[in-house]
Amino acid sequence: MRGLALALAPAFVLAALGLPSMTAAAQEFNLVIRNHKFEPEEIRVPAGKRVSIYVSNEDASPEEFDSSALKVEKVIPGKSKGLVRIGPLAPGRYEFIGEFHADTAKGVVIAE
Amino acid sequence: MLGALIIVFREVIEAGLIIGIVLAATRGVRERGAWVGLGVGIGTLGAGVVALFAEAISSAFEGAGQELLNASVLGAAVVMLMWHNAWMARHGREMTAEMAAVGEAVTTGKRPMTALAVVVGLAVLREGSEVVLFLYGIVATGTSASALLIGGTLGLAVGAAFTALTYYGLLAIPARYIFAVTTVLIALLAAGMAAQAVQFLDAAGWINVLGQRLWDTSGVLPQDGIVGRMLHTLVGYTDRPTELQLIAYLATLAVMAALTRVAAPPRSARAAA
Repeated sequence: MRGLALALAPAFVLAALGLPSMTAAAQEFNLVIRNHKFEPEEIRVPAGKRVSIYVSNEDASPEEFDSSALKVEKVIPGKSKGLVRIGPLAPGRYEFIGEFHADTAKGVVIAE
Repeated sequence: MLGALIIVFREVIEAGLIIGIVLAATRGVRERGAWVGLGVGIGTLGAGVVALFAEAISSAFEGAGQELLNASVLGAAVVMLMWHNAWMARHGREMTAEMAAVGEAVTTGKRPMTALAVVVGLAVLREGSEVVLFLYGIVATGTSASALLIGGTLGLAVGAAFTALTYYGLLAIPARYIFAVTTVLIALLAAGMAAQAVQFLDAAGWINVLGQRLWDTSGVLPQDGIVGRMLHTLVGYTDRPTELQLIAYLATLAVMAALTRVAAPPRSARAAA
Protein backbone atom coordinates (compact mmCIF):
# COMPACT_ATOMS: atom_id res chain seq x y z
CA MET A 1 0.00 0.00 0.00
CA ARG A 2 2.94 2.29 0.67
CA GLY A 3 4.15 1.91 -2.88
CA LEU A 4 0.70 2.71 -4.14
CA ALA A 5 0.52 5.83 -2.00
CA LEU A 6 3.85 6.91 -3.47
CA ALA A 7 2.65 6.21 -6.97
CA LEU A 8 -0.39 8.34 -6.35
CA ALA A 9 1.55 11.17 -4.73
CA PRO A 10 1.42 13.35 -7.86
CA ALA A 11 -2.34 13.40 -7.44
CA PHE A 12 -1.88 15.30 -4.23
CA VAL A 13 0.17 17.90 -6.01
CA LEU A 14 -2.44 18.20 -8.73
CA ALA A 15 -5.23 18.53 -6.24
CA ALA A 16 -3.28 21.07 -4.22
CA LEU A 17 -3.02 23.16 -7.37
CA GLY A 18 -6.73 22.83 -7.91
CA LEU A 19 -9.42 24.03 -5.62
CA PRO A 20 -10.15 22.60 -2.23
CA SER A 21 -12.91 20.08 -2.50
CA MET A 22 -16.17 21.09 -0.98
CA THR A 23 -17.81 17.92 0.16
CA ALA A 24 -21.50 18.47 -0.09
CA ALA A 25 -23.49 15.52 1.16
CA ALA A 26 -24.21 13.60 -2.03
CA GLN A 27 -27.26 11.41 -2.36
CA GLU A 28 -26.37 7.73 -2.70
CA PHE A 29 -27.66 5.08 -5.09
CA ASN A 30 -26.79 1.44 -5.62
CA LEU A 31 -26.27 -0.50 -8.81
CA VAL A 32 -25.37 -4.15 -9.27
CA ILE A 33 -23.64 -5.78 -12.21
CA ARG A 34 -24.74 -9.42 -12.55
CA ASN A 35 -24.24 -11.62 -15.62
CA HIS A 36 -22.94 -8.57 -17.50
CA LYS A 37 -26.16 -6.63 -16.92
CA PHE A 38 -26.96 -3.65 -14.73
CA GLU A 39 -29.61 -4.00 -12.04
CA PRO A 40 -31.60 -1.81 -12.05
CA GLU A 41 -31.20 -0.62 -15.62
CA GLU A 42 -32.79 2.70 -14.77
CA ILE A 43 -31.89 5.06 -11.95
CA ARG A 44 -33.84 8.22 -11.14
CA VAL A 45 -31.73 10.92 -9.52
CA PRO A 46 -32.44 14.51 -8.52
CA ALA A 47 -31.37 17.07 -11.12
CA GLY A 48 -28.86 19.75 -10.15
CA LYS A 49 -27.22 17.75 -7.37
CA ARG A 50 -24.08 15.70 -6.86
CA VAL A 51 -24.95 12.02 -6.76
CA SER A 52 -22.89 9.00 -5.68
CA ILE A 53 -23.58 5.64 -7.31
CA TYR A 54 -22.09 2.59 -5.66
CA VAL A 55 -21.60 -0.01 -8.37
CA SER A 56 -21.17 -3.54 -7.12
CA ASN A 57 -19.73 -5.93 -9.68
CA GLU A 58 -20.81 -9.44 -8.73
CA ASP A 59 -19.34 -11.00 -11.85
CA ALA A 60 -15.89 -12.54 -11.82
CA SER A 61 -14.77 -10.37 -14.73
CA PRO A 62 -13.99 -6.65 -14.60
CA GLU A 63 -16.36 -4.13 -16.16
CA GLU A 64 -15.96 -0.54 -17.24
CA PHE A 65 -18.78 1.81 -16.34
CA ASP A 66 -18.66 4.10 -19.33
CA SER A 67 -20.75 7.10 -20.25
CA SER A 68 -19.76 10.10 -22.28
CA ALA A 69 -23.09 11.67 -21.32
CA LEU A 70 -22.24 11.42 -17.62
CA LYS A 71 -18.53 11.99 -18.31
CA VAL A 72 -17.54 8.85 -16.47
CA GLU A 73 -15.04 6.12 -17.30
CA LYS A 74 -14.46 3.77 -14.42
CA VAL A 75 -13.16 0.24 -14.26
CA ILE A 76 -14.79 -1.95 -11.62
CA PRO A 77 -12.74 -5.10 -11.05
CA GLY A 78 -14.56 -8.44 -10.69
CA LYS A 79 -16.16 -9.18 -7.31
CA SER A 80 -15.66 -5.67 -6.05
CA LYS A 81 -17.32 -2.30 -5.63
CA GLY A 82 -16.69 1.02 -7.28
CA LEU A 83 -17.91 4.51 -6.53
CA VAL A 84 -19.11 6.65 -9.43
CA ARG A 85 -19.64 10.34 -8.71
CA ILE A 86 -21.84 12.27 -11.12
CA GLY A 87 -23.71 15.54 -11.44
CA PRO A 88 -24.93 18.13 -11.04
CA LEU A 89 -27.08 17.07 -14.00
CA ALA A 90 -29.58 19.04 -16.03
CA PRO A 91 -32.94 17.22 -16.25
CA GLY A 92 -32.79 14.52 -18.92
CA ARG A 93 -31.75 10.99 -19.84
CA TYR A 94 -28.12 9.92 -19.58
CA GLU A 95 -27.20 6.55 -21.00
CA PHE A 96 -24.35 4.42 -19.72
CA ILE A 97 -22.87 1.08 -20.75
CA GLY A 98 -20.51 -1.55 -19.44
CA GLU A 99 -17.87 -1.11 -22.08
CA PHE A 100 -16.45 -4.61 -21.73
CA HIS A 101 -19.88 -6.16 -22.43
CA ALA A 102 -21.52 -3.41 -24.43
CA ASP A 103 -24.18 -5.64 -26.01
CA THR A 104 -25.80 -6.61 -22.69
CA ALA A 105 -24.68 -4.09 -20.08
CA LYS A 106 -26.82 -1.00 -20.70
CA GLY A 107 -28.54 1.45 -18.44
CA VAL A 108 -29.82 4.97 -18.08
CA VAL A 109 -29.72 7.67 -15.44
CA ILE A 110 -32.78 9.89 -15.44
CA ALA A 111 -32.30 13.26 -13.80
CA GLU A 112 -35.50 15.03 -12.77
CA MET B 1 -13.36 -12.26 -31.25
CA LEU B 2 -14.90 -9.14 -32.75
CA GLY B 3 -15.37 -7.65 -29.29
CA ALA B 4 -11.69 -8.14 -28.50
CA LEU B 5 -10.70 -6.67 -31.86
CA ILE B 6 -12.80 -3.54 -31.39
CA ILE B 7 -11.73 -2.80 -27.83
CA VAL B 8 -8.04 -3.43 -28.47
CA PHE B 9 -8.15 -1.36 -31.66
CA ARG B 10 -9.92 1.49 -29.89
CA GLU B 11 -7.33 1.72 -27.14
CA VAL B 12 -4.40 1.17 -29.48
CA ILE B 13 -5.36 4.03 -31.82
CA GLU B 14 -5.59 6.42 -28.89
CA ALA B 15 -2.03 5.62 -27.85
CA GLY B 16 -1.06 5.26 -31.53
CA LEU B 17 -2.09 8.79 -32.48
CA ILE B 18 0.13 10.12 -29.70
CA ILE B 19 3.06 7.91 -30.76
CA GLY B 20 2.60 9.02 -34.38
CA ILE B 21 2.81 12.69 -33.38
CA VAL B 22 5.85 12.05 -31.15
CA LEU B 23 7.64 10.26 -33.99
CA ALA B 24 6.90 13.08 -36.41
CA ALA B 25 8.00 15.70 -33.88
CA THR B 26 11.32 13.93 -33.36
CA ARG B 27 12.09 13.54 -37.01
CA GLY B 28 15.84 13.50 -37.50
CA VAL B 29 16.72 12.40 -33.98
CA ARG B 30 18.93 9.37 -34.33
CA GLU B 31 18.09 7.28 -31.26
CA ARG B 32 14.40 8.23 -31.17
CA GLY B 33 13.33 4.69 -32.16
CA ALA B 34 15.02 3.30 -29.07
CA TRP B 35 13.46 6.00 -26.85
CA VAL B 36 9.95 5.49 -28.19
CA GLY B 37 10.45 1.72 -27.94
CA LEU B 38 11.52 2.16 -24.34
CA GLY B 39 8.42 4.26 -23.67
CA VAL B 40 6.16 1.60 -25.20
CA GLY B 41 7.95 -1.18 -23.28
CA ILE B 42 7.79 0.49 -19.89
CA GLY B 43 4.23 1.65 -20.56
CA THR B 44 3.15 -1.90 -21.36
CA LEU B 45 4.81 -3.18 -18.20
CA GLY B 46 3.12 -0.40 -16.23
CA ALA B 47 -0.24 -1.29 -17.78
CA GLY B 48 0.17 -4.85 -16.52
CA VAL B 49 1.02 -3.61 -13.02
CA VAL B 50 -1.96 -1.20 -12.95
CA ALA B 51 -4.28 -3.99 -14.13
CA LEU B 52 -2.86 -6.37 -11.52
CA PHE B 53 -3.52 -3.90 -8.72
CA ALA B 54 -6.79 -2.62 -10.18
CA GLU B 55 -8.75 -3.51 -7.08
CA ALA B 56 -6.32 -1.92 -4.63
CA ILE B 57 -6.12 1.22 -6.78
CA SER B 58 -9.89 1.37 -7.12
CA SER B 59 -10.49 1.25 -3.38
CA ALA B 60 -7.66 3.64 -2.47
CA PHE B 61 -8.48 7.24 -1.50
CA GLU B 62 -12.05 6.45 -0.51
CA GLY B 63 -12.83 4.89 -3.85
CA ALA B 64 -11.24 7.64 -5.91
CA GLY B 65 -7.85 5.99 -6.48
CA GLN B 66 -8.48 5.22 -10.13
CA GLU B 67 -9.61 8.76 -10.94
CA LEU B 68 -6.64 10.26 -9.10
CA LEU B 69 -4.22 7.94 -10.86
CA ASN B 70 -5.69 8.92 -14.24
CA ALA B 71 -5.53 12.61 -13.36
CA SER B 72 -1.91 12.25 -12.24
CA VAL B 73 -0.88 10.37 -15.38
CA LEU B 74 -2.53 12.98 -17.59
CA GLY B 75 -1.09 15.85 -15.53
CA ALA B 76 2.43 14.42 -15.80
CA ALA B 77 2.02 14.04 -19.58
CA VAL B 78 0.89 17.68 -19.86
CA VAL B 79 4.02 18.85 -18.01
CA MET B 80 6.26 16.73 -20.27
CA LEU B 81 4.61 18.13 -23.40
CA MET B 82 5.11 21.68 -22.10
CA TRP B 83 8.77 20.97 -21.49
CA HIS B 84 9.14 19.61 -25.00
CA ASN B 85 7.53 22.62 -26.63
CA ALA B 86 9.61 25.03 -24.56
CA TRP B 87 12.75 23.20 -25.66
CA MET B 88 11.65 23.31 -29.27
CA ALA B 89 10.99 27.05 -29.04
CA ARG B 90 14.60 27.51 -28.04
CA HIS B 91 16.25 25.15 -30.50
CA GLY B 92 13.72 24.44 -33.23
CA ARG B 93 14.90 27.20 -35.53
CA GLU B 94 18.50 25.98 -35.64
CA MET B 95 17.27 22.45 -36.22
CA THR B 96 15.07 23.43 -39.14
CA ALA B 97 17.94 25.38 -40.66
CA GLU B 98 20.26 22.44 -40.18
CA MET B 99 17.76 20.04 -41.70
CA ALA B 100 17.38 22.25 -44.76
CA ALA B 101 21.14 22.65 -45.13
CA VAL B 102 22.44 19.15 -44.67
CA GLY B 103 19.43 16.90 -44.99
CA GLU B 104 17.51 15.29 -42.17
CA ALA B 105 19.62 12.15 -41.97
CA VAL B 106 22.58 14.10 -40.68
CA THR B 107 20.85 16.15 -38.02
CA THR B 108 22.05 14.59 -34.83
CA GLY B 109 20.72 17.37 -32.60
CA LYS B 110 21.30 16.35 -29.00
CA ARG B 111 17.63 16.60 -28.17
CA PRO B 112 16.24 15.46 -24.90
CA MET B 113 14.00 12.54 -25.82
CA THR B 114 13.16 11.80 -22.20
CA ALA B 115 10.09 14.04 -22.06
CA LEU B 116 8.43 12.53 -25.11
CA ALA B 117 9.43 8.97 -24.18
CA VAL B 118 7.64 9.54 -20.87
CA VAL B 119 4.57 10.84 -22.73
CA VAL B 120 4.54 7.69 -24.88
CA GLY B 121 4.96 5.51 -21.80
CA LEU B 122 2.08 7.24 -19.97
CA ALA B 123 -0.22 6.96 -23.01
CA VAL B 124 0.50 3.24 -23.36
CA LEU B 125 0.03 2.73 -19.62
CA ARG B 126 -3.37 4.42 -19.60
CA GLU B 127 -4.83 2.74 -22.66
CA GLY B 128 -2.98 -0.53 -22.11
CA SER B 129 -4.28 -1.19 -18.61
CA GLU B 130 -7.83 -1.16 -19.94
CA VAL B 131 -6.90 -3.66 -22.63
CA VAL B 132 -5.26 -5.95 -20.09
CA LEU B 133 -8.30 -5.82 -17.79
CA PHE B 134 -10.68 -6.43 -20.66
CA LEU B 135 -8.72 -9.38 -22.00
CA TYR B 136 -8.34 -10.79 -18.51
CA GLY B 137 -12.11 -10.54 -18.08
CA ILE B 138 -12.71 -12.54 -21.23
CA VAL B 139 -10.33 -15.25 -20.12
CA ALA B 140 -11.97 -15.31 -16.68
CA THR B 141 -15.39 -15.93 -18.19
CA GLY B 142 -13.99 -18.78 -20.26
CA THR B 143 -14.20 -17.53 -23.83
CA SER B 144 -11.88 -19.51 -26.05
CA ALA B 145 -8.34 -18.24 -25.75
CA SER B 146 -7.64 -18.62 -29.46
CA ALA B 147 -10.53 -16.35 -30.52
CA LEU B 148 -9.32 -13.83 -27.98
CA LEU B 149 -5.77 -14.04 -29.24
CA ILE B 150 -6.83 -13.60 -32.87
CA GLY B 151 -9.11 -10.67 -32.05
CA GLY B 152 -6.53 -9.01 -29.83
CA THR B 153 -3.73 -9.46 -32.34
CA LEU B 154 -5.84 -8.15 -35.21
CA GLY B 155 -6.84 -5.14 -33.10
CA LEU B 156 -3.21 -4.47 -32.30
CA ALA B 157 -2.19 -4.82 -35.95
CA VAL B 158 -4.90 -2.47 -37.24
CA GLY B 159 -4.03 0.00 -34.48
CA ALA B 160 -0.34 -0.16 -35.36
CA ALA B 161 -1.14 0.38 -39.04
CA PHE B 162 -3.10 3.43 -37.99
CA THR B 163 -0.10 4.76 -36.06
CA ALA B 164 2.04 4.34 -39.16
CA LEU B 165 -0.58 6.19 -41.20
CA THR B 166 -0.55 9.13 -38.76
CA TYR B 167 3.23 9.23 -38.87
CA TYR B 168 3.60 9.09 -42.64
CA GLY B 169 0.76 11.55 -43.05
CA LEU B 170 2.65 14.03 -40.89
CA LEU B 171 5.89 13.29 -42.73
CA ALA B 172 4.27 14.47 -45.95
CA ILE B 173 4.50 17.97 -44.47
CA PRO B 174 7.58 19.77 -45.85
CA ALA B 175 10.56 19.76 -43.45
CA ARG B 176 10.38 23.53 -43.17
CA TYR B 177 6.98 23.40 -41.49
CA ILE B 178 7.06 20.07 -39.69
CA PHE B 179 8.20 21.42 -36.32
CA ALA B 180 5.72 24.28 -36.44
CA VAL B 181 2.92 21.78 -37.12
CA THR B 182 3.99 19.27 -34.46
CA THR B 183 4.39 22.09 -31.91
CA VAL B 184 0.76 23.11 -32.48
CA LEU B 185 -0.39 19.47 -32.39
CA ILE B 186 1.46 18.91 -29.12
CA ALA B 187 -0.05 22.06 -27.58
CA LEU B 188 -3.57 20.87 -28.51
CA LEU B 189 -2.80 17.36 -27.26
CA ALA B 190 -1.70 18.78 -23.92
CA ALA B 191 -4.76 21.05 -23.66
CA GLY B 192 -7.06 18.07 -24.27
CA MET B 193 -5.25 16.03 -21.63
CA ALA B 194 -5.56 18.86 -19.10
CA ALA B 195 -9.31 19.04 -19.75
CA GLN B 196 -9.57 15.28 -19.18
CA ALA B 197 -7.47 15.51 -16.01
CA VAL B 198 -9.75 18.08 -14.36
CA GLN B 199 -12.77 15.92 -15.19
CA PHE B 200 -11.11 12.99 -13.39
CA LEU B 201 -10.48 15.23 -10.36
CA ASP B 202 -14.16 16.16 -10.49
CA ALA B 203 -15.15 12.48 -10.68
CA ALA B 204 -12.83 11.84 -7.72
CA GLY B 205 -14.80 14.41 -5.74
CA TRP B 206 -11.72 16.61 -5.29
CA ILE B 207 -13.07 19.46 -7.35
CA ASN B 208 -16.69 20.36 -7.08
CA VAL B 209 -16.94 23.66 -8.89
CA LEU B 210 -17.66 24.86 -12.41
CA GLY B 211 -19.18 21.52 -13.32
CA GLN B 212 -21.97 22.98 -15.45
CA ARG B 213 -22.16 21.69 -18.98
CA LEU B 214 -21.41 24.42 -21.51
CA TRP B 215 -22.81 22.87 -24.66
CA ASP B 216 -23.88 19.55 -26.13
CA THR B 217 -22.75 18.63 -29.62
CA SER B 218 -23.24 14.88 -29.14
CA GLY B 219 -26.01 14.97 -31.74
CA VAL B 220 -23.72 16.40 -34.41
CA LEU B 221 -20.39 14.80 -33.58
CA PRO B 222 -20.66 12.15 -30.85
CA GLN B 223 -17.52 11.61 -28.81
CA ASP B 224 -18.16 7.85 -28.90
CA GLY B 225 -17.98 7.70 -32.68
CA ILE B 226 -14.75 6.97 -34.49
CA VAL B 227 -14.21 10.56 -35.65
CA GLY B 228 -15.19 12.00 -32.27
CA ARG B 229 -12.87 9.59 -30.50
CA MET B 230 -9.92 10.54 -32.68
CA LEU B 231 -10.59 14.25 -32.28
CA HIS B 232 -10.91 13.64 -28.54
CA THR B 233 -7.40 12.21 -28.43
CA LEU B 234 -5.87 14.66 -30.89
CA VAL B 235 -7.30 18.03 -29.95
CA GLY B 236 -9.29 17.19 -26.82
CA TYR B 237 -12.72 17.32 -28.47
CA THR B 238 -15.45 16.84 -25.87
CA ASP B 239 -19.10 16.77 -26.87
CA ARG B 240 -20.34 17.98 -23.47
CA PRO B 241 -17.59 20.06 -21.87
CA THR B 242 -17.93 21.58 -18.41
CA GLU B 243 -16.90 25.13 -17.59
CA LEU B 244 -13.85 23.86 -15.75
CA GLN B 245 -12.79 21.72 -18.70
CA LEU B 246 -12.89 24.68 -21.05
CA ILE B 247 -10.90 26.77 -18.55
CA ALA B 248 -8.27 24.02 -18.18
CA TYR B 249 -8.07 23.68 -21.96
CA LEU B 250 -7.59 27.40 -22.62
CA ALA B 251 -5.24 27.83 -19.65
CA THR B 252 -2.98 25.05 -20.95
CA LEU B 253 -2.84 26.68 -24.39
CA ALA B 254 -2.05 30.03 -22.75
CA VAL B 255 0.75 28.53 -20.63
CA MET B 256 2.14 26.78 -23.71
CA ALA B 257 2.16 30.05 -25.66
CA ALA B 258 3.79 31.93 -22.77
CA LEU B 259 6.46 29.24 -22.31
CA THR B 260 7.23 29.28 -26.01
CA ARG B 261 7.70 33.04 -25.89
CA VAL B 262 9.88 32.99 -22.78
CA ALA B 263 12.00 30.12 -24.07
CA ALA B 264 12.59 31.64 -27.50
CA PRO B 265 16.24 32.62 -27.97
CA PRO B 266 17.12 36.32 -27.69
CA ARG B 267 17.29 38.31 -30.90
CA SER B 268 21.08 38.51 -31.11
CA ALA B 269 21.44 34.74 -30.85
CA ARG B 270 18.78 34.34 -33.50
CA ALA B 271 20.62 36.65 -35.87
CA ALA B 272 23.84 34.71 -35.28
CA ALA B 273 22.12 31.43 -36.09
